[in-house]
Amino acid sequence: MNETSVLWEETIHGGATWSHVLKRGTALRITDLQGGANVGAVFYNFECPSERYNMPDTLKAQHIARLTKEFVLYSDMGRILCSIIEDTVGWHDPIGGTSSAKLVDAKYGPSRYQEHRNDYHKNGHDAFLIELGKWGLGPRDLVANVNFFSRVDVALDGGMGFAQGNSKAGDHLELRAEMNVLAILNTCQHPLDPHPRYEPKPVLVSIRRVTAPGPDDPCRISRQENGRGFTLTERYFV
Amino acid sequence: MSGINLVESKLDPTKAIYSQVIPAGEPWIHALKKGQHFRIVDLHGNQAVDTLFYNAHDYSDRYSAQDTIRQQSNIYLTTGTQLISTNGTVLLTIVADTCGRHDTLGGACATESNMVRYAVEKRHMHACRNSFLKAVMEWDHGMTKRDITSNINFFMNVPVTPEGKLTFEDGISDPGKYVEMRAEADVLVLISNCPQLNNPCNAYNPTPVQVLIWEGAGK
Repeated sequence: MNETSVLWEETIHGGATWSHVLKRGTALRITDLQGGANVGAVFYNFECPSERYNMPDTLKAQHIARLTKEFVLYSDMGRILCSIIEDTVGWHDPIGGTSSAKLVDAKYGPSRYQEHRNDYHKNGHDAFLIELGKWGLGPRDLVANVNFFSRVDVALDGGMGFAQGNSKAGDHLELRAEMNVLAILNTCQHPLDPHPRYEPKPVLVSIRRVTAPGPDDPCRISRQENGRGFTLTERYFV
Repeated sequence: MSGINLVESKLDPTKAIYSQVIPAGEPWIHALKKGQHFRIVDLHGNQAVDTLFYNAHDYSDRYSAQDTIRQQSNIYLTTGTQLISTNGTVLLTIVADTCGRHDTLGGACATESNMVRYAVEKRHMHACRNSFLKAVMEWDHGMTKRDITSNINFFMNVPVTPEGKLTFEDGISDPGKYVEMRAEADVLVLISNCPQLNNPCNAYNPTPVQVLIWEGAGK
């Protein structure tokens, strides 16, 4: 199948949840509209969701503690859920995790729907669970997440620090689905973001059809491990 | 939290209420009561002990690597580290550590990840996640693969560089080194004593470890 222009696109408000089954052969572009966005994400094999994004396998197969172009997201079954085929940011955080109601209350103060309507304070943990619940999944399916557009540095002594200003308005990345992948996203602020106010940022998501990764695909040849990862993923569809 | 801080325990192994040697390649699953102390001894040195913890009253509330490292703003686990669950429960606190640094980013080996990392032909080799699966199915409380999440690798050395690289280094553990935790809640412990032969996490020679339990307040 040939590449297409954008099939559809929509804006995800700040602090909102979103999910979609990304079909193999399509790509999801996420654009930071205002700068300083954070997109928490977890990914599942739609046909068998006990196969899911695995942070350690992704990190150790590629010897990385950051995500960018030419890296891929591994499931716990040795297969590639998504490849990062485009990225203008250079560093996305795979280790910082997500916020909780307790953390958001402590940081920004309590805020309920009753008083604040749709501006009430959302948190990443609840956002993931709500969106997982829509697909019949729950707390046992929630695993370590990715934070697109955010960066957490690790010092030599292991200390973790949030890098401010990592993503600018217009920055984007594109994820090519290598399987039929249930993507669960939310736009809650990063749990380590020192910004004193509750101001989650919106992003634009757009989907297009893309050509299958060929023998010289940059993600496939970036490391020998990824070559084997693509082989195992392609075998799944035999 | 900078540098390596070694803290010894005052607990007497002869007063432990439970002691068991786990051979390399074997799983171990056991319930701990709140207040009990739990020690893992690296009997022969440089042996990775892949470990998961669960709230004993709700297995969906389980150890979270990301919450644990973020809470202390440091990726390495050692004395003083609170092991945090997905719901924010403090499951255990590390109270003694003669090794000084433990990993929670490297995860557990699996037949599938070995195929990616080393060679497709390595599928037949024994791996931690096979041990985890066997243990949770035999435990027979409805636990399945969905309950196998990102674990701790006690005694394993997986540094992250400021450039965002993850490296596997020779261990910093030696024979007899141990890590000891106090259970802050009733918890279920799941261990795979790692059988990995493809990298230096076990010094290419997986060996037995010992687990010990003491009653509350170290009595």
